[in-house]
Amino acid sequence: MALHKAVTRRDAFALPAIGAAALMIAPRLAHADAAAVEAEIRKLYADRKPTDGRIKLDVPQIAENGLVVPINIEVESPMTAQDHVKAVHVFADGNPLPGVLSFRFTPESGKAAASVRMRLSQTQNIICIAEMAGGALHSASANVKVTIGGCGG
Amino acid sequence: MSTKPTPRIRVPGNAKAGEIIEIKTLISHEMESGQRKDQAGKTIPRKIIHGFTAAFNGKVFFEATWHPAISANPYQSFFFKAQESGEFTFAWKDDDGSVYEAKAKLAVG
Amino acid sequence: MISRRDFLQAGAAAAAFAGGSASLGRLAAQQRLGEAELLRFEPLGNVTLIHLTDLHAQFMPLHFREPSINLGIGEMKGRVPHLTGKDFLAHYGLAPGSAMAHALTSEDFVALARNYGRMGGLDRIARVVEAIRAERGAERCLLLDGGDTWTNSWTSLQTRAQDIVEAMALLKPDAMTGHWEFTLGAARVAELTKSLGFPFLAQNVRESEFDDRVFEPRRSFERGGVRVAVIGQAYPYTGIANPRWMFPDWRFSLKDEDVQKEVDAARAEGAGLVVLLSHNGFDIDRKMASRVRGIDVILTAHTHDALPEPVTVGRTLLIATGSHGKFVSRLDLDIRAGEIRDYRYRLIPVFSDAIRPDPAMAALIAAKRAPFAAELARVLGRTEGLLYRRGNFQGTLDDLFTDAMLAVRDAEIALSPGVRWGASLLPGQDITFEDVTNACALTYPNCYRTTMTGAQIKLVLEDIGDNIFNPDPYAQGGGDMVRVGGLGFTIDPYERQGRRISELTLLRDGRPLDADRAYVVAGWASINEDTQGPPIWDVVSEHLAHRKVVTPRPLGAVRLAGTP
Repeated sequence: MALHKAVTRRDAFALPAIGAAALMIAPRLAHADAAAVEAEIRKLYADRKPTDGRIKLDVPQIAENGLVVPINIEVESPMTAQDHVKAVHVFADGNPLPGVLSFRFTPESGKAAASVRMRLSQTQNIICIAEMAGGALHSASANVKVTIGGCGG
Repeated sequence: MSTKPTPRIRVPGNAKAGEIIEIKTLISHEMESGQRKDQAGKTIPRKIIHGFTAAFNGKVFFEATWHPAISANPYQSFFFKAQESGEFTFAWKDDDGSVYEAKAKLAVG
Repeated sequence: MISRRDFLQAGAAAAAFAGGSASLGRLAAQQRLGEAELLRFEPLGNVTLIHLTDLHAQFMPLHFREPSINLGIGEMKGRVPHLTGKDFLAHYGLAPGSAMAHALTSEDFVALARNYGRMGGLDRIARVVEAIRAERGAERCLLLDGGDTWTNSWTSLQTRAQDIVEAMALLKPDAMTGHWEFTLGAARVAELTKSLGFPFLAQNVRESEFDDRVFEPRRSFERGGVRVAVIGQAYPYTGIANPRWMFPDWRFSLKDEDVQKEVDAARAEGAGLVVLLSHNGFDIDRKMASRVRGIDVILTAHTHDALPEPVTVGRTLLIATGSHGKFVSRLDLDIRAGEIRDYRYRLIPVFSDAIRPDPAMAALIAAKRAPFAAELARVLGRTEGLLYRRGNFQGTLDDLFTDAMLAVRDAEIALSPGVRWGASLLPGQDITFEDVTNACALTYPNCYRTTMTGAQIKLVLEDIGDNIFNPDPYAQGGGDMVRVGGLGFTIDPYERQGRRISELTLLRDGRPLDADRAYVVAGWASINEDTQGPPIWDVVSEHLAHRKVVTPRPLGAVRLAGTP
């Protein structure tokens, strides 16, 4: 048996088992939570309550790569001087910090839609708030699963 | 690591009046989040691009604020309603005070 | 000598005949399962779709045991394709012991395998395809390849898929999509797809910088006076299930909206028939059929399900053609005024002893295998029992792999990926190098040796468990449950992530796994770049060189718990 084992013990390097295990298993930093996201929203809009609807929040159900997660936001609006989307804010409740981004649109934008790519350190919820020129707030949220992956199929 | 950030833009050169066009931008940047530690256990200081603006003929029509959760080599796409010919100016604001700029012309007819 | 009639009616008793005399069984199988009978089909309508998928580069006939455990979670519970064994036979009214019962289930597998012989072989498939085209007229036929075609045989690995690409070219497919193909690396895939002579379709693969398309999203064909649009859908979680570093600039996605756009565009161009050539996997396809309007037919793949009848979701037909060359699907459609008026379907089982090989394909296969003939035929050992992999949990073939890693890599725990491919070996069969590589020939084979804490092991099992048993099919990614050696655990598939896995036990000492202790773990098919260690086939070969004879043991280390 000794020889049996010796032949292939040349490796030396050890990598985590499956997928990006190293990344995900690394000691968890303190992270935001739903309350932290709520606090951020309160800073912006105090006690004003958003309603559902008008926002199309497009994120993958499973992130292909937690370091580069595409997010596309589109808010339904005529984008006229009177009636347009002023701002959009995005938060994540499982990242080290809750803030992701803010957008400011104008009627010249033509369309209240924009895409970026974000980092998500673990499976979490993405929360989006849109502020309309007339003062109304809308919100939407979605969960994104961040997985170790592997195991082919 | 710190090579000079280079912007790349995808914007149509021509549009019809009233047409809504999509603009895609990318800039090379590590977007150091300020949450990572080096091998000595010291926190690597934050250095990200935190602001982006898009202006047409000098008037800003789209702005973005980015937090450390934005990926390295940040991508931003957005829209613009073409009305007249002119020039876009895109600007990225770095934590270190640098501003990186790119321009593109649009002919409307 | 038994008569054809006797045999057909013998049902389960067929097994008894086979036990004593394989040759008698084989002979009977040939008589009973004549080529004419297997190809018999009353043609219908104006368009014929021929579907092949998940060949995994298997040129040669083989045995492939279908799963005995294939759990359906949430809405999929108790529905095909999540029925196995007797439940499957009862659902479709198949006689136990019949040829189709053998092809489609694991019931009496060994006895029936001896009886009916091997299945598949690309030369037999070529014969089936040619016969359909000859009978139907090529102008009415579309041959569509669902992917997982180019990888996972030793010869395809050695030729970087040149062998299988040339062989498939003889079949003249009209289009294909893919998944494991991407593990050849972006450059090789780009090179091969450019010279196929038919389109590689994938509407859901884009360049990572500006989201440009990498492949053609769909293609239109005129068949039988109908404009047929074929939309390609590559495996949406390729970048999660397989090493993303092999195609770093490509991004995969699963978006109903994007598929809807392609369907609408195809209809706007006058398509009378819209086909989704999909590698989503059956459960994702079923959900997609309920959310995307206007798809007439989804040709499913990835999950290796073989179903003798289409599944209908609203007005969409879902076809499941199985894997490893065991089946060819033929779907005749009567298309009038842009809709399916009628259809007729047959899942054609490719019984290798009954179907004549196509001479041109047989010659090409022989030529492609010749340079590797000696190493493929090298006998490494013998098995006393059935070796198989497919199923949600560990199979006996997986035990061989995990045993090999524990011994050769001197590890306490071994992990082996739950890929759905790998041929089965019958009791008494020699284990050749080809048999081993049919279960592990991939482009990232290094068998690593590392340490993981008990907590990390639990985290990994929970993560993979959720990729298989999440009740939402869109949240599932990858293959079957990871296989383990040296480790026992209980899994409750119906729980949520973090609560499925319990009673983790190190088998070496029977003790519960310590969350904080570091264990020596060996494994293969890591998706991390620069994984170090010998290729897994060397590890298994070395193990067999010492072991000589494999005696499969009962599978008890993974215990199933919970109620649906």
